[in-house]
Amino acid sequence: MRRKESPGVTFVPVTEYAVQAEGLVKEFGDVKALNGIDLVVPRGKVVGLLGPNGSGKTTTVRILATLLKATSGSAQVNGFDVQRQADDVRRSIGLTGQYAAVDEFLTGRENLTMFGGLFHLEKNYVASRSDELLHKFDLADAADRPAKTYSGGMRRRLDLAASLIAKPGILFLDEPTTGLDPRSRIGLWDVISELVFEGTTVLLTTQYLDEADQLADDIVVIDQGQVIAHGTSSELKDQIGGDRIEITLDDEQSAARAIDALSGVVSGEPTTEGAQYSAPVAGGSSVLIDAVRALDARNVSVADIALRRPTLDDVFLAMTGHGAEDQQPERPEPSRRGRRGGR
Amino acid sequence: MSAPGVQSRRPVLGWTIHDSLIIARSTITASFRIPEALFFQLIQPVIFVLLFAFVFGGAIPIPGAEPGSEGDPSLYREYLMPGIFGQTVAFAAAASTVGLAEAMQRGIIDRYRALPMSQPAVLIGNTFANALRQVLVLTVLSITGYIVGWRINDGIVNAILAYLLLLLFAYTVTWVGAYVGLSVPNTETANTAGLIWIFPLTFLSNAFVPITALPTWLQYFAAFNPISALVQATRELFGNPTGAPTDYWTLNNAALYTVISCVVIIAIFAPLAVRKYRTAARK
Ligand SMILES: Nc1ncnc2c1ncn2[C@@H]1O[C@H](COP(=O)(O)OP(=O)(O)OP(=O)(O)O)[C@@H](O)[C@H]1O
Ligand SMILES: [Mg+2]
Repeated sequence: MRRKESPGVTFVPVTEYAVQAEGLVKEFGDVKALNGIDLVVPRGKVVGLLGPNGSGKTTTVRILATLLKATSGSAQVNGFDVQRQADDVRRSIGLTGQYAAVDEFLTGRENLTMFGGLFHLEKNYVASRSDELLHKFDLADAADRPAKTYSGGMRRRLDLAASLIAKPGILFLDEPTTGLDPRSRIGLWDVISELVFEGTTVLLTTQYLDEADQLADDIVVIDQGQVIAHGTSSELKDQIGGDRIEITLDDEQSAARAIDALSGVVSGEPTTEGAQYSAPVAGGSSVLIDAVRALDARNVSVADIALRRPTLDDVFLAMTGHGAEDQQPERPEPSRRGRRGGR
Repeated sequence: MSAPGVQSRRPVLGWTIHDSLIIARSTITASFRIPEALFFQLIQPVIFVLLFAFVFGGAIPIPGAEPGSEGDPSLYREYLMPGIFGQTVAFAAAASTVGLAEAMQRGIIDRYRALPMSQPAVLIGNTFANALRQVLVLTVLSITGYIVGWRINDGIVNAILAYLLLLLFAYTVTWVGAYVGLSVPNTETANTAGLIWIFPLTFLSNAFVPITALPTWLQYFAAFNPISALVQATRELFGNPTGAPTDYWTLNNAALYTVISCVVIIAIFAPLAVRKYRTAARK
């Protein structure tokens, strides 16, 4: 479908960065939600904004999507200033907020038609694009049912479809997979990867480290409204370096003995959580043998022992002094647990 | 990179109307998907008619009625119906309050605000839809009224004017409702806050009893209450009994005062609501 040319079409500057933010500060009364965020998203790349609850992820996205005014600092999206050229920014972006924002009483198709119309797209285009998206997101069968009857995963997909109706070049995704089961999560990852493959620039927030690991080219770690690290996933891992030894003990009571037994084997402070023991080590896989011997000598029996490359979780822990998901113990964390136990 | 299939440019007002109509259509479609809510919205005024007509009917005398006919229940029903009409359209505000509070809480307002659409259209469309829905409510109410003995006595033209006045009032209060809905912290509050100011306003009026039956200080309030003027004007236009004449200018020029009130209220609350909408963060 061709764009109808019209007089006074806004000049679209081609900038290197799809998103560029400098010194974003946001105060809500006494609360300083953002404390000087600098951020760039190169065109065609995926940048993951990683941070714990309350670190300012949503606030950052809302400022970039023109929903909030920054207290100070500046940001350009697609070369347009988010404050002075809000409408141009809005024409350039798709936004999927932290909670599925669709009209529950309208069907999937009606939702897409409505958002397409509000995007000022031609009727025929909206109709064919809706069909395309409904098929792509596996919603064709449910297209004419009210969104109220959709599962969480379906709603999320509809929400994403709604932000893609105008084929935006830049997509903001605020915790796109929070609350989804592992299978729907992977399904959504595939969809996002495909969009990126087609050239969409994505800024994605997440508190799931494996999600950032999986999807993002660059990761920006934020905590308490500040960027505390950024780089590719492997750069971040290299920053804290070293392998870790992970041991599952037979019973929690032996944790203290294990710490004691391994003090000569490990290369740094160990952490324990119940029957789980973890500590940085140096010297490759031979430390595993040393560790088993040392534990055996102290009669500590072991259910599982493994050497592990650092994860972003460790990066996070090292940088913030607290885990990414510390504040949310009730959150089920399927894939991470699986990954740990297996090695 | 810009969106494909973009329509050609229109003047701002054109887009505002375009977007308002889309929102209005969605709001109306959505409201028909909640049959329970629609049912209760229709049944509530019907219950009011039956309660007042049969329970209180003869107990409330209509001063100024022809001597000897004060206790005639059919007279009270004719007097009553415009009161119920007035009260019912006042409740149109609640739909906007609850609807917008919900849209806000669910984050759908965020989505609208991130679209290159006319932003006031979200409110214009919502208020318009909720006022338009009153057409259905007024139809059901009129039929019920007809069954209990209410009649249109002053010709079709005046009757249409009466209905238009009621719809104008409905549209007016939906703007107040929109403002309230955008101001409350959550949907639970919206459910009570959306209604709580409407009850006293409708009862401190001439909707159910002549204002001369109220204590003097309340009479002043009731006389300037736009609902009183609306009900008075509706009574006149339907040719229903109006009760004894009073000295209040507002009631002696009821239709005019109603229109003025509506214009003033919209002029105050529409900009307030739009401003609230622009600044409101998702709660
Ligand atoms: N409207 C608001 N009024 C007051 N404080 C706010 C508001 N919005 C956010 N905050 C505060 O700003 C900080 C950052 O919030 P934000 O929602 O950006 O965090 P987040 O990283 O998205 O967290 P989560 O992972 O829970 O979604 C928090 O301390 C939050 O309480
Ligand atoms: Mg958030």
